[in-house]
Formats: sequence, C-alpha cells, structure tokens
Amino acid sequence: MKTTIATLKRGQRAIIKEVTSDIIPLKLLEMGCLPGNEVQLLQIAPFQCPMYLNINGSHLAIRKEVAAQIEVEII
Amino acid sequence: MAKQIKVSLIGNPNTGKTSVFNLLTGLNQQVGNYPGITVEKKEGVCKLSRGVKAHILDLPGTYSLNASSLDENVVIELLLNKKDKDFPDVAIVVSDVENLKRNLLLFTQIKDLEIPAILVINMADRMSRKGISIDIPLLEKKLHTKIALVSARKKEGIEDLKKLIESYTLLPKTSNTNALSFAPDYFDRLQKAFPDQSLYKLWLVITQDVNFRKFNKQDISIAPDFKIKSESELKRLQQKETIKRYQFINGALKEALTVDERAATGMRAKLDRVLTHKVWGYFIFFAILLLIFQAIYDWSSYPMDLIDEAFAWLSEFTSSILPAGPLVDLITEGIIPGLGGIVIFIPQIAFLFLFISILEESGYMSRVVFLMDRVMRKFGLSGKSVVPLVSGTACAIPAVMATRNIENWKERLITILVVPFTTCSARLPVYLIIISLVIPDEKIGWIFGYQSLTLMFLYFLGFGTAVGSAWILNKILKIKSKSYFVIEMPGYKIPLFKNVAINVIEKTKAFVFGAGKIILAISIILWVLASFGPNENFNNAEKIVTERYTDLAEEELSNKIASHKLEYSFIGYAGKAIEPIVAPLGYDWKIGIGIISSFAAREVFVGTLATIYSVGSDEEETIKNRMAAEVNQKTGEPLFNLASGLSLLLFYAFAMQCMSTLAIVKRETNTWKWPMAQLVFMSVLAYGIALIVYQILK
Repeated sequence: MKTTIATLKRGQRAIIKEVTSDIIPLKLLEMGCLPGNEVQLLQIAPFQCPMYLNINGSHLAIRKEVAAQIEVEII
Repeated sequence: MAKQIKVSLIGNPNTGKTSVFNLLTGLNQQVGNYPGITVEKKEGVCKLSRGVKAHILDLPGTYSLNASSLDENVVIELLLNKKDKDFPDVAIVVSDVENLKRNLLLFTQIKDLEIPAILVINMADRMSRKGISIDIPLLEKKLHTKIALVSARKKEGIEDLKKLIESYTLLPKTSNTNALSFAPDYFDRLQKAFPDQSLYKLWLVITQDVNFRKFNKQDISIAPDFKIKSESELKRLQQKETIKRYQFINGALKEALTVDERAATGMRAKLDRVLTHKVWGYFIFFAILLLIFQAIYDWSSYPMDLIDEAFAWLSEFTSSILPAGPLVDLITEGIIPGLGGIVIFIPQIAFLFLFISILEESGYMSRVVFLMDRVMRKFGLSGKSVVPLVSGTACAIPAVMATRNIENWKERLITILVVPFTTCSARLPVYLIIISLVIPDEKIGWIFGYQSLTLMFLYFLGFGTAVGSAWILNKILKIKSKSYFVIEMPGYKIPLFKNVAINVIEKTKAFVFGAGKIILAISIILWVLASFGPNENFNNAEKIVTERYTDLAEEELSNKIASHKLEYSFIGYAGKAIEPIVAPLGYDWKIGIGIISSFAAREVFVGTLATIYSVGSDEEETIKNRMAAEVNQKTGEPLFNLASGLSLLLFYAFAMQCMSTLAIVKRETNTWKWPMAQLVFMSVLAYGIALIVYQILK
C-alpha cells in the first residue's frame, strides 16, 4: 500500500513525494501542498475525516479522499 | 479638487486585511455591492498629509489570482481591466507575518501584472513571541517593493504605510519572479502573438473562467501561431507555475526571514487539543450555541420590550397631537407600527452578528467546520454549511450569501435550498404570539414551561427539516461535482473590538434598510386596502350597522361598525376570496390575509393582524387580547384554539414566505429554477402538514 497523508498517524511528519494534479485542487497546491514540502498530521476528526494538517507552515484541513491522493514519505 | 490616489487592498483571508482597512479609513467607509452580483464592495477614504486623499477599495480576500469563486473573480476582473474606474494606482498586499511564505504567492502574482505594489506585513506584534525576525531592507530588494511592518492590533505602522501610499510613484513596477519561465517556447509564442499585452495577463485570460470585457479567451484562441492547450495540460502548467513561484519566494525568504522554532509558544496546539477534541470539541461547540440562543431569545427581550412600548407610545402620541384625518390614520396605524415591526428585530440581529463575528475573528469558526464536516456530509452538506445554518436563525438572506465559500457546487446548492427551513428571526414574532394564545402557561416540574418547550421544539423542527430535506436532496439531485474541500485553520486571535463593532453595525443596517423597505411598503398597502372599500356596504357602514343594531351601547356599536367596514373593504373581499382555501386548516379570512401578506415577508403577519384589528378601533387593547377574543364564525369556538394554533405554527415553520430570500437564491444560483422549486415544495409541505394537524386535532 502506498503511503499517503491519509495513512499518517496523528503527530507524524512526512515529506510530500507526489501530487496527482488532476484530482488535487489548485488551491491546495497554492497553499503549499507541493512535492518536497513537509507535512504534519495535527488532528483527525471522528471517523477519520477531515484531517487537520500543517503543510509547509500553513495550517489547513482537507478531506480523506483528497489526502489519499497525496503520496508522502514518513520522516 | 485634487485627484485621489486609487488604492486596492488585496490579501489572503485571515491576514487582518479588514483591520488594516478599518485603520486606514476609520468610520469613513461605505459598503455596497458590485453591480449585478451580491459580492460586498467596501470602500473608504484615507486622509494623507498635505490634503492628499486616497480612495481605498477593500477587495474580497483571495489566496491567489486563480479564481475559484465569485468573490475572487471580482479581484481578477478589476486587476486585468485598466479601464475600470477603480483600477488601482497602487496595490497594497496584506500578509500575515506567520504565513508570509504562503501570502507572498499572491504578491508575486500582483507584481507580475506590473501594478505598483506595497507589501504590508501585518501582525508584527506577534514576531517576538513566535521567534520571527525579518531583514526588511533585504526583503524589499529581493521582492522589488516597499514593505510596511504593521500591527493592526496595536495600531502601529499605519503612518509608515500612509507615507508609502503617498509616494507610490517611486515604487518599482518591474517584476523579477520569472514564474512563467518553465515553458519558454509556449510563452514566447503567446507573447509574439500579442506583443502589446503583458504575458502574465495573457496567461490569466487563458486559464480563468472570468468574463473579461474587450479582451478574452476568444481573441486568444483565434491567434494564428498559438494554440490554447487542453484543460488538464493547462492545470499541469499552473502547477509548474506555482512551484516556480514558491522557488522564488523561498529564495527571497532564505536570507531575509529567520524563525527561531524554540521561541514559538504552543498556544494554538494547546487550544486545538481541546477545541477540536472528539468529545470536548463538540461539547464546547454546543455550549456556545446554547449561549447564542440564550442571548437572542432572553437577553434581547429587554430592549425589544422597550422598543415595542416606545412605538406604541409614539403612535398614541402622534394621534393625540395631530388633527384626525385619513393622512394621520395612515401615519399612526400604518407607518408607525410598520416601522416598529422593523426596529424591534434590531437587538436580535445585532446579538447574532456579534457572536458570529466574534467566532469568525477569533479563528474558532474554522474549528467548527472541521468538527462538523463529517456529520454534515452524511446529509449531503459540508462542514462549511454550519455557518449558514446558524446564520439562518437570524435571517436566510445573509445565510444564503454565507454559502459562497463552499467549494463543492452540489453541497452549496443543497445548503442554499434547505437554509430557509431554519427558524429565522422573522418567524419568531408569529411563534411568540400564537404560542402565548394556544399553549397553556404552565410548567412541567419546576423549570420547563410548556410555552418555552414548544418554542424549542419549533427550532429543532426547523433544523431537523433542513437536515432531513438535505438528505433527500442529496439522493435526488444528480449533480456531479468534484469533492473539493480545503479550509484554512487560522491561528487564534482575540477579536478586535473595532472590527466586530463595524461588522455588527453594517449587518444590522443592511437588514433595517433592506428588509425594512419591504415591510414598510406592505404595511402601508395593507392599511390602504383595509381603509377603503369598493361599494356602498363599506361607505355607508355606520348607517347600516346602526339601523341593524338599535339597542347597542356606543362602544359595542363602534366595534361592530369597524368590523363591518373591514369585512367590506378591499382587503376583506380578498380575504373572503381565499377563505375556502384556508378554512380546512382552521383559519378564517383575516388569518388568510395575514398569510397572503406574509408571502412577501413573514414578519408582516403580526403587523398585518395588528393593522387589521386596530383599524378604526382604540389602541388600548393589545393585539393579543383582540386575537384571543376572535370567534370562528362557523364553529362558534375561539378562532385561536390548540388545533388552529398548532396548524398555524407548523404552516409558518415550513412555508417559504419571503420574497427577499427567493430573490437572493435566484441571484446566487443564477436561475429561477431553484427558488421556484423551493417555493412550491415548501408551500405544499406547509399546507399539507397544517391540514393534517388541524383535521386530527379539531
């Protein structure tokens, strides 16, 4: 199974490896969700969704389906 | 008059852009709408030295020039149209010191449009606490700009900013981001095809779905040596562009910005641990909701009673000092009660917006969205629907407008369609008067009264119906839209009093003048219709009644005359005409008139009954007593009993009775299809349920 933001555990940090651009909204990229940037999972709402992240210093929440499209490498 | 410097204030949401605007303009500001759309347009005037003035336009918050909403379109439409009367001489880009990197993305885009730009780094007071230090001169050089370090909270740095605005002609116009250098061939060909346009502007025209006047995608697509790429290819290029921009920003910030991680206090983390907790988070949210309802329904009753009494007094006072006549009647029986019906809502609306703006300013609202998203999605709504649904308890109009930041069209449409079910403040007066008439004023145990429980039930019913219809709509509507949900979780801040106050005043003003006009107009029309009749039965009412009842006391006689007149007035005939339709619900023709006039705005109901019952009578008796004394002509029982009362309450809970809401839904969905569907569905539902309840209980 691929490691994505959706598979991270709370508190884990990772580096974004790949972002599949057709599914990911441009807005998310503009907020810093780009390959090479660091992401940390801060909090998960009940039922695993949405996920509260710190991406490259930006604090934001996204839904699990989108998070599952962002491949990462845990550090 | 000296020419004003035209300034546009641009920035990401949550950067304190509005605080900067408020500081620059003080109370010298006005709010309107952009022509044809409901996006708020805020402008103001700022006095600089030597009598120079700057006209400041506060553009809607946006994360980038790649627009994805109506609000963001406004920004790009303005910035690409040099002929626009608001096109800025200078742009102020407001950024937040803690999110500088992300905020600079928009800044580099503005620079690429070759508009002179000043960078404001706001919230400078947080720098030492967060361990941030910035080499301003170096950053100015790297970004080709001038920087003002501002703390809107401490009111620092505004004078520097004003000086920079004054000397805007010295600002460099050039851009050095090279953001479009990733596909040299493609962009060279584009530039060659349109040598006199700026390259970034051309690129924006290609990639955005915005209507640009004069120069648009069509013009570019017919260029001989250049082909627009497919949508997914364009998106890939936009991704590359974004990476390029971040590379530039990282390069610029590398030396100029240092962050000492150790100094950063974990205030946000601590608060988040509680406020987004899976138990405590919800607990706190519901406690806050309870507080809001308490304020709206309990605390605001004191000023509302005062307003009520004041208008009753004003009405009586006016009629006592002015000579009697139809014009004075119009003032004392039509206009003054009509105005009172508007003003009485001010305390509730002000309280609601006070809470909403405090919750938004503090950053808490994003946490509510985070907590509620999953639950709401089960019903086809979004976490972002919570704000509209809560706002809907004040008024559906701002609530429908508040759906704009829901990115997913299907979720947004469903939210718009169900919001009118939430119990808005206009239903409240109807509920209150009917409840006090038909529900016994007794208590169960010590605390809970039947009356307040009924009111609470009606609120839950409103929310329940909204959520339930959302669930049904989610199943029925076949709209494909990408699941797309991004919400920024801003840092916590103590709300600025000035921002909250200005917001409350603005929203209240918008209600008073917007809804107020309709209510006032309708109460005048009703008065006219109730005060004149088409035939002899009306004009000779006194003679007819006096001849018919010869042995009545004077007071009773004048009451008989009044009700006879009303029955044969224009409005009486209209009411009689619809009586067969409303009779199965347990209503008489007077309530029928109330319902008809409520289709314009439901708050008119009580006012209408007040007008109908007070026409031609002394003001001393309250409306409630008069309503309690009404007798159903057919059954001989009191007109307002449990069966007809409940039927009326439920009718108001479900019916779509607000023209302004229909108008706003039309504007937001851009078609008459949805508001009409709303009108038909809600009216049929209301009629059906009211019918069933009355027929069972009677």
